[in-house]
Amino acid sequence: MNHFSRRKLVKGAGALGLAAGGGLLEFAQAFAQDSQWKPEAGASLNIMRWKRFVEAEDQAFLKMVDAFSKATNVKINVSNEAFTDIQPKASVAANTGQGPDLVWGLFSTPQLFPDKCIRVKDVADYLGNKYGGWLSAPESYGKYKNDWIAIPVAVNGGYMNYRISSMNKAGFKEFPKDFQSFLELCKALKKNNTPAGFALGHAEGDGNGWLHWVLWGHNAWLVDKDDKIIINSPETAKALEYAKALSDTFIEGVASWNDSNNNKAFLSGDLHLTSNGISIYVAAKTAGAAGDAKQKAIAEDMDHAFHPIGPIGKPTELQLAFPIFAFNYSKVPNACKAFMAFMMEAQNYNPWLEGAQGYLTQTLKAYESNPVWTADPKNKVFREASARTLPASGVGTLSPKVAAALAEFVVVDMFARYCTGQEDIKTTMRTAERQAQRIFR
Amino acid sequence: MSQAALVSGRQIVPARRTNLQRLIGHRDWQGFWFMLPAVAILILFLAYPLGLGVWLSFTDTKIGRAGEFVGLDNYDWLSDDTTFWMATFFTVGYTVFASAIKFAIGLYLALLLNKNLPFKALLRSIVLIPFVVPTVLSAIAFWWIFDAQFSIISWSLRHLGLIDHNINFLGDSWNARMCVIFANIWRGVPFIAITLLAGLQTVSPSLYEAATIDGASRWQNFRFITYPLLTPIIAVVMTFSVLFTFTDFQLIWAMTRGGPVNATHLMATLSYQRAILGGNLGEGAAISTAMVPFLLAAIMVSWFGLQRRKWQQGSE
Repeated sequence: MNHFSRRKLVKGAGALGLAAGGGLLEFAQAFAQDSQWKPEAGASLNIMRWKRFVEAEDQAFLKMVDAFSKATNVKINVSNEAFTDIQPKASVAANTGQGPDLVWGLFSTPQLFPDKCIRVKDVADYLGNKYGGWLSAPESYGKYKNDWIAIPVAVNGGYMNYRISSMNKAGFKEFPKDFQSFLELCKALKKNNTPAGFALGHAEGDGNGWLHWVLWGHNAWLVDKDDKIIINSPETAKALEYAKALSDTFIEGVASWNDSNNNKAFLSGDLHLTSNGISIYVAAKTAGAAGDAKQKAIAEDMDHAFHPIGPIGKPTELQLAFPIFAFNYSKVPNACKAFMAFMMEAQNYNPWLEGAQGYLTQTLKAYESNPVWTADPKNKVFREASARTLPASGVGTLSPKVAAALAEFVVVDMFARYCTGQEDIKTTMRTAERQAQRIFR
Repeated sequence: MSQAALVSGRQIVPARRTNLQRLIGHRDWQGFWFMLPAVAILILFLAYPLGLGVWLSFTDTKIGRAGEFVGLDNYDWLSDDTTFWMATFFTVGYTVFASAIKFAIGLYLALLLNKNLPFKALLRSIVLIPFVVPTVLSAIAFWWIFDAQFSIISWSLRHLGLIDHNINFLGDSWNARMCVIFANIWRGVPFIAITLLAGLQTVSPSLYEAATIDGASRWQNFRFITYPLLTPIIAVVMTFSVLFTFTDFQLIWAMTRGGPVNATHLMATLSYQRAILGGNLGEGAAISTAMVPFLLAAIMVSWFGLQRRKWQQGSE
């Protein structure tokens, strides 16, 4: 009776979104007792996740893993992999039927092999009903043909990271809101030798992010709503011309950049405008607090802004989604589902979101009021990442084919070929169209 | 009583053996039986995966989904795929340039190390270092050395006043190609040098002495003694070197991931990208299968060209 009362108390605290670090184990025990998913006896879970960019986020994640493990007696092993290694490892596991039970991956990884994923409609409905419903783009990352195959845990917002002083010196008091002004800013930054730089290499997050934004901003798409390939279009040609004009203002070497290059270049002071998550700011702030005067100055002099709006007249961002999914070869499907539900509960999610310091954005509406978004005004734009993003399919539907096109960098390479002078506009569009036809055949 | 026998009346009649027993006991078949474990291993770990790869290339298998037979469809699409052709040409170029330069430097180093130098053992150990370092580590080191913003080469040249902006090592197609070839050479030279050195040490000094007494120059010593006697080793070492280079993966993946704009994709990395990252196992297998004729050709050249007996005997 006493235990029941305590559980009720913890549940009440959870509904209010209170993060009581010390009470996490008690909450986990209450969850284990109440949960509709009872882990299999003697279950052990292998979880593969992307390697953290923000240390506090990882610590909060491991705390919840520990609490779940203690409360349910499920042994958990967490392996961390670089962004680029998650998908190949998950693909091999899907094909061989051996490997991690749960994968916390990127973008549309579960849509690459939907038949291999455990259906999680029950978990998604439970969480959606309890926490105000799912935001629409994240929801599409959890589904394949209206069937839930993954839980969209969070979105990593990638927004404009800029040096305030450099922007002011370039003649802008506030960050541009449309494509033309944005181009003018980049030109002025180059002139002042404080250049912008955006990845034109195979950077899963950054490269895909900014180039899809430019493409979609011109109302150009890889496929239409019926998944018909429409990349070879006058709108795409305009997007290519715009990207070429932008790339002419970039710092050298962007064609070789992966996801980490712009972070390093910005923190070194060489780069003054790029598209990235909040991790650059967090790294500068952390190093500044530890006594690094240069990083402190960078943190104070930088801010974030939404991607400007293109001729289409509405936001066309592609943010990096982080869905978690379980393989159907797992011998412990209930433990997988219980963990998925557990990690999204307010008692875990709220402190975790705070620990991420803006690197992760909520996918459930109830978490929009998390204090992380008001703790620092420079965090604010990242709150909108889940609401403003389009799915990776743009106006089409997420499918293994869209996932393959994204994994093969069809859009990124189309822009890179033109911007580096390897192909002209017509040829690069035709090449991309041909690649898409090969994938969508 | 190695042969069982039956007693029938007064006569001793040998036991009737089954065909299998006869085969097992037959002297002519003993070699085959001893070979069987090795054959089984080769079939299981080499022939079967190769056969499976070839079969997959004729299907539309995706990750997590069994495919159907599509005939030459994958090859048909590849024939019109500019990225595939770029990767094919670069793979051939990468192999030819890197192997040729590796051979030249390797042979030079081997000849140098074969002399009586001070600290000979230490020098030989130092030469081996690039080969000992794990490929991924050396590739990451090269990635930093050729970084667009933080390259030590660019930094040094800038501080010496020789350049006014960083060199775009991995962001420019041709620069990137040269950088990965350079990294491959750096890594591959020790293997060739040390193997050729081992070969050089088997050449009897008396041959050189005799030739020198006959008035042979150093070049003639090399051309008519060293080189012919070294050709069997060269054939083996260059076969391996060409195969390793042609099928290289780690170096490219860690340094450029095939970029910029697919300029440094090798067939192996492109196959990986299509099959594992893109999920199209059938198409990835087709790219891998397309490597086989090149590899066979390389082996043929080495074995039937370099190993000709006439060469070994030093005649034209």
